Amino acid sequence: MNAYVGTATSRVDGRAKVTGAAKYAGEFAADGLAHGFVVAATIPRGRIARLDTSETLKVKGVLDVLTHAHRPPLADKDEAWKDEVAPEEGSPFRPLYDDSIKFNGQPIALVVAEDWETAKFAATLVRVDYQEEQSFATDLEAERSKGAEVKQLHKPRGDAARALAGASVRHEADYFVPTEHHNPMELFATTTVWDGNGRLTVYDKTQGVQNVHKFLCSVFGKKPDDIRVLSPYVGGAFGSGLRPQYQVVLATLAALALERSVRVGLTRQQMYGLGHRPATIERVGLGAKPDGTLDAVTHEATAVTSRYEDFSRNDTGWAEQLYKSPNSRFSHKLVRLDVSTPCDMRAPGAASGVCALECAMDELAVALKLDPIELRLKSYSDRDQSEDLPYTSKQLRECYARGAEAFGWSRRNPAPRSMRDGKELVGWGMATGVWEALQMPVAARIVLTANGHAEVSCAASDIGTGTYTIVAQVAADALGLPIENISVRLADSTLPQAPVEGGSWMAASSAHAVLGAAEDIRQDLARLASTMPASPLGGVDAADVILVDGTISKNGDKGRAVSIADAMRYGKLERLEKQKLNQFAEDKSHARNTHSAVFAEVKVDEQLGVIRVTRVVSAVAAGRILNTKTGRSQIMGGVVWGIGMALHEETVMDHRFGRIMNPNIAEYHIPVNADIHDIDVIFVEERDDRINRLGVKGLGEIGIVGVPAAIANAVYHATGKRIRRFPITLDKLLD
Amino acid sequence: MINFQYSRATDVADAILLLAAHPGAKLIAGGTNLIDLMKENVEQPSRLIDISRLPLRKIEETADGGLRIGALVPNSDLAYHPLVEQRYPLLASAILAGASAQLRNMASVGGNLMQRTRCAYFYDTATPCNKQTPGSGCSAIDGRNRNHAILGTSASCIATNPSDMSVALAALGALVHIAGPSGERAMALTDFHRLPGDTPHIDTDLGTGEIITAIELPPRGFAHNYSYLKIRDRLSYAFALVSVAAALELEGDTISEARVALGGVAHKPWRSLEAETALRGQAATTDRFSRAADLLLRGATASSHNRFKIELARRAIVRTLTQAASATPQSQAHKKIA
Repeated sequence: MNAYVGTATSRVDGRAKVTGAAKYAGEFAADGLAHGFVVAATIPRGRIARLDTSETLKVKGVLDVLTHAHRPPLADKDEAWKDEVAPEEGSPFRPLYDDSIKFNGQPIALVVAEDWETAKFAATLVRVDYQEEQSFATDLEAERSKGAEVKQLHKPRGDAARALAGASVRHEADYFVPTEHHNPMELFATTTVWDGNGRLTVYDKTQGVQNVHKFLCSVFGKKPDDIRVLSPYVGGAFGSGLRPQYQVVLATLAALALERSVRVGLTRQQMYGLGHRPATIERVGLGAKPDGTLDAVTHEATAVTSRYEDFSRNDTGWAEQLYKSPNSRFSHKLVRLDVSTPCDMRAPGAASGVCALECAMDELAVALKLDPIELRLKSYSDRDQSEDLPYTSKQLRECYARGAEAFGWSRRNPAPRSMRDGKELVGWGMATGVWEALQMPVAARIVLTANGHAEVSCAASDIGTGTYTIVAQVAADALGLPIENISVRLADSTLPQAPVEGGSWMAASSAHAVLGAAEDIRQDLARLASTMPASPLGGVDAADVILVDGTISKNGDKGRAVSIADAMRYGKLERLEKQKLNQFAEDKSHARNTHSAVFAEVKVDEQLGVIRVTRVVSAVAAGRILNTKTGRSQIMGGVVWGIGMALHEETVMDHRFGRIMNPNIAEYHIPVNADIHDIDVIFVEERDDRINRLGVKGLGEIGIVGVPAAIANAVYHATGKRIRRFPITLDKLLD
Repeated sequence: MINFQYSRATDVADAILLLAAHPGAKLIAGGTNLIDLMKENVEQPSRLIDISRLPLRKIEETADGGLRIGALVPNSDLAYHPLVEQRYPLLASAILAGASAQLRNMASVGGNLMQRTRCAYFYDTATPCNKQTPGSGCSAIDGRNRNHAILGTSASCIATNPSDMSVALAALGALVHIAGPSGERAMALTDFHRLPGDTPHIDTDLGTGEIITAIELPPRGFAHNYSYLKIRDRLSYAFALVSVAAALELEGDTISEARVALGGVAHKPWRSLEAETALRGQAATTDRFSRAADLLLRGATASSHNRFKIELARRAIVRTLTQAASATPQSQAHKKIA
């Protein structure tokens, strides 16, 4: 029965969030809580020659200053610092480990005081002398030639270079995506509570409590029972909380040093010293036959990484899933620079790589004098070409059709600068989006009590995406209970296993874990009910029994039912507890992806260059949508972010200092309400019986993919100017 | 942020006495800029003298039909005051183009005049800046200067004044009333802010120990033909790349009086009497507006990343004058540039 799954169910944690009852990592109190403030390096590369804390320690209320030379022991092997999503290559950053400076903004000391303001003031008194390394570099474009090829994710097919050179119509260009930062609303913070005898309860802002738990145990040489990590609510993270961040190490280090509870909160400025979407040069080449079918695709990404870790994502190769082409070649190069290691940021790889691919497709359509949708349909691929596999489902064709219809695409005059509204040029652009439909092993526990209430628990985080709500929906349906009778506990490292919440895999993964545990509950209840004296379910096969409306009932015959409460009373059961680890069957015979078609209207003031995105239609095919309300919000958020990526977002660095110059949300621009107009989200029906039992694919990332390209293509259509350097700010249109 | 002492002034005279007694002290009213700068350790006052409770919150008509605005009137109250909305809508519009509703509720009129540049190097104690540490050098001149000044710059500083309100006040010919150890004085708003020259650390001609008590608007309000147009990288909550305050009086199609002030382009609100003179007695046409733009921008110089601002300013001036002449001022509430 689906009373909740697939409906617009409001967030079960909504009230807690808007009333302030929901507590975040930096809000947990503890007796004798001390506060740590981070001192950050102001050079990009070198060594700490002298670190003088004597004035700091004189300040009343200061408890200690931790530095590389004054701290409890930390693990000395890279393996201990490698969390579950750390890059394979390299040595993870170790805060306060030694005197080396690897990036500007690196933490070099932690001032711990009785209160936050004292720590903050005392931190200004720490004196640092550096031995500066003069030969640092932070500019990707200047260092592009140093790009080194990383492991190829996609094998070349055919001879792309030759096909491209010989193509009757060819387009090849560089697209530049700058460094971007996640800027979640909630600031990074950790409250480490000293429970005595070396045991710690750690409230951390993270996308994965068990990842942080394992990491802390290995970094500090602790036994699993010594540390418990919780992150009940997360105010956005978008990838920045996938890896354990340095504040969790510092808070825990300080708690161990002082043997008392410590909170470390980062400022907005300090958060620019965490991970980021790496600046990337995307070089895309497309060759077409005279009829417009693709003959060659090349995509080479050159991206920034740090000097100490090789972070790379799948920027290239998305064309393998979208477009048929007999010849293709993909490569990913990394340039090691004096910056912190990049990290995943919403739709990592695809947000940048598909942006370049889809801008290039638009340029090819112009060169071929073809409608952009027609060009895409000519090479539409029903198979993932890199592995030559069919899809579990792929309703992209329907996304194009439904999106185009809702947008009114057929009324588009293809000529640039042909559409106007007063002083504004009007442009219509479109692009395709694609992401993976991943799923991971997750376990869930259900405790059903005789009063008809169930508690569902799992270590997964809800980073704001709505995991609490979909877990409650799936459990309510599977147990046949009203959603009010379901309580959900998440994000506690002692709860059943879950990986980090990322990659859009948590909806499908957690939902099926809940289904698995609920199935065991159902079987027990069916067995119990059938053995009751004069049971109406006597002789009914357990497989034919469902849980509905608080009863154990024969499927299709509500007359033959026993209430759950009666059955449990009969069995003298106060509670029925089941825990199940759900493992998805490995299926290498099909590719699994979500898709979208994004249509954007821009209006550009012809004289002043001011750009407005007045309409966006995003048609998404992502299997079954578990919750149309939170799902729509996910996609809308992705569209807003895509508008920011197209027009606003850029981490500005002064390469002379190797320093970020706009580390705040006044100067690092994201869209504000005034920049947002109509956003229409269409969920295209996509039945998928193969991918998993519920047919769920996940929605977190797909919302942003394609949006920046659709806007850039619309800007071209409006103005005739092709801007390949993001963000598209008005100065780029004034020339 | 460093530790500081705190005093609360009981009246204007007390504030002046406290300032004299505590070198290194700073006045605080709304604190919307000062506290930001203190958090960044850019401002490190030894003491804050809280003037927020002084009786400087009145908006009163003057004998000659102008308006006297107490220095502590919140920006929002000023923008929504009926007399300002009716007689000085240019000022209301400029204020509403600035910051956010929350900041405008906190920010005082006097504090708005005292706000400091948003140059990224000034805001970062780790980079050289002549405003922060005189003689340390200007990082912006060869650095990230996309939104820096194109007029009145010096070899020491290319920072801009970020205020929107001041741009309208400059166009309206406002006076700044000041009290200090040697009594009271008044000066034109256009003389209040300084060009950087070789002392970019001094933003204004407010003397040591002085306090702004009021702003005075002359009777002429340009309530019919005005517009404030702010061009920025997003449509709200961003500092101006260029802003223009235009105020005209028309007799038929002929301009009888003209005021044009620019924001976001210099260390102070930028006016050109020559440009305004060139508009007077002329027909309100695009050609004349272009000519005025040329005169306003005479001597404009670009740095490495802000050349576009010269042409943007030229076009924005023409657009704003066109809006003013046609009595269709730019709305600060609509999500579009008219």
